[in-house]
This record gives sequence, structure tokens and C-alpha cells, in this order.
Amino acid sequence: MTSLKALKGRIASVKSTQKITKAMKMVAAAKLRRAQMAAEAGRPYAERLDAMVASLASSVSISPQTSKLLAGTGKDDVHLFVICTSDRGLAGAFNSNIVRAARKSADILIAQGKTVYFYLVGRKGRAVIARLYPKQILHQFDTGEIKQVKFSDAQAIAADIVERFNGGAFDVAHLFYARFQSALVQEPVQQQIIPVEIVPAAKVEGVSGATEYEPDEEEILADLLPRNVGVQIYRALLENAASEQGSRMTAMDNATRNAGDMINRLSIQYNRTRQAAITTELVEIISGAEAL
Amino acid sequence: MADLHFELVTPDRLIRSEDVYMVVVPGSEGDFGVLAGHAPVMSSIREGEIAIYRTNGGEPERIAIEGGFAEVNEKGLTVLAEKADIPA
Repeated sequence: MTSLKALKGRIASVKSTQKITKAMKMVAAAKLRRAQMAAEAGRPYAERLDAMVASLASSVSISPQTSKLLAGTGKDDVHLFVICTSDRGLAGAFNSNIVRAARKSADILIAQGKTVYFYLVGRKGRAVIARLYPKQILHQFDTGEIKQVKFSDAQAIAADIVERFNGGAFDVAHLFYARFQSALVQEPVQQQIIPVEIVPAAKVEGVSGATEYEPDEEEILADLLPRNVGVQIYRALLENAASEQGSRMTAMDNATRNAGDMINRLSIQYNRTRQAAITTELVEIISGAEAL
Repeated sequence: MADLHFELVTPDRLIRSEDVYMVVVPGSEGDFGVLAGHAPVMSSIREGEIAIYRTNGGEPERIAIEGGFAEVNEKGLTVLAEKADIPA
């Protein structure tokens, strides 16, 4: 039987754990609100840029001079997976969901004889990827210093990736992150960023005359495409930030509730044990008195 | 005359979305004014000031913007700027 003292100790320890998870939940909730606002505010830009790229891409004929960011390298042998994770754990299945999605796609591509490299953004994906694909991590972008994701951070990542692409390090790049739906639901998504995935303009709005380009199509494309990579990454980082906080909030809420249940169970056990001890003591005294 | 639907967006947020009379955009090949019914154009933007005229002949609102694109289509004018300084 567990001693009273040990039980008391356990109750105290679970209580202090509960205090921590409760505090973390509250912090996550506060951060979630900010991150969610940022993610939602960033959506219009990404959507409009998408539309612009789509309309431009459909009007440009693919020639050898066309930017490779649009046309691709003509091969798809080497893939780059840009995996965005968080720097901190204790966020439920947030990081492992993203990594699992990436692993699934990676294994399919590897089975087809392709090469897959990884470009990690954030700290938490590293352990698993390094264990499974030890020689294929191209780079890890350190986001430890970043508190609030800024567009310039995304641009730095994009510039690095585009440079590697132009250097011929890979043919296709995919971006992995968790799209924020609500505090309860974050969906891991895979998105191809290089070459640009052309979503065929679903509705051809009565195009009145050809669009004029200033300076010309090629130059605008050359400017637009690298920027588009940056914007897609920025969107991924914003969505990820919101998803991370949402996931952490839910996880910590569960932890707090579990701790509460555990405290209840332990308290009942403590009271029963105490009662039993008192009864035994009484029985001993009474039987001792009777013997006299 | 119908008004021009104008949107100014940065990566951080949607700054303006409203119907105005005319907008003067600092295109990389020179400033150009956009009225309602403008022919479709896509242009890159240099660093400069965008001038928004709410009414014909009124005082324009000026917003400094940096890098990006402007697109005119049937729906109106969309300016995607990398940065925009709004005088608060």
C-alpha cells in the first residue's frame, strides 16, 4: 500500500504540473489570437498574387528563355522538401503531423527512384528527418531568433532556396506546413512552389483585349516569380504560427483536464488510505484495552 | 461615371479596398493614372508614392509604397506592394 506521505507528495506534484499546463494554455490562447489575425491578414496578398501569376503564366508561351521557376528544369529527378515546423514542442501532434506528411511523400518519391533533399525551417523536424534520411538534409534555417514572423524572414528563406535552385541543386520544391483551420483542426498540407503550380483559371472572365505589360512579360515574370516563392513561404510561416499555438492550446487544455482527473483520483485514494489507517489504529487501541 | 474599384495589399494586410475616382501609380516606366474602365495593364512598381483621388479634383491621399506590382483588369485596380507607409 502506498504510504500517506507518498500520496501527498504525488498530489502536490500533479497540482504544480497542472498549474504549468494551465499557464501554457493561457499563453497559447493569447498568442493564438495574434497569430490568427496575422495569418488572416496575410491571406489577401497571397491570393491576389496567385491570381496574378496564374493570369500571367497562362498568357506567356513557354520558350527556352522562360524563367525556370515557371517552366521547370524539364526534369523531376531531384526534389526538395521545405518542411516548416516550430521551434518548441509540447504542441500536441502539430510537428509530428507535418513531418509524417512529408515522410509519406518522400517515401513514395524515393520508391520511384527519385532523390529527395530536405530543407528544414524550425528545429522540431530535425530529429526524425535526421534519423530516417541522415545524409539528405540540405540546410536548416534557424528560426530561433524570430518571435514574430516578418516578411523579410520569408524573403531570406526564399532567396536562399531560389539561389540553390538556380545553382541546379534540385528540380522541384515542395513546401510542407500546417494550414490553420481552427484551434482544434490544423491540416498538414503539401504545396509545390517550384516550378509554380499553375492553377488553370477556372473561370475565363470575358477577357477584353490582351493585357498590356510594362515593362514586358519576361521582365515582370522574372520579378514576380521569386517574389511569389517568398510570399508562399511567408504564408506558410504565418499559417504555421497560428496552427502551432492552436495545437498547443488544445494539447495543454487536455493536459490540464487530465491533471484535474488525476488529482481527484489521488485525493480519493489519499482519503481512503487515511481512513483505513485511523480504523486500524482504533482497533488496536480497543483490543489493547479489552485485554487488560 | 462608374467608380474605380481599388485595392492596396501588402503581405501583412489589406490596406485599402474601396471605390475611388482615380489612382496614380508609380510604374517602373513612369507614373500612370488609372480611371474606371482602364484597359487591362500589368506593371511593376518602383519606389514612390501612390496618389488616391477619391473625387474628381479633390485632394489626393498619398501613400508611400515600395516594390511590387499593379494590375488593372475588368474588376478594377489591384496594387500589390511589398511595403506601404500609411501616415497614421
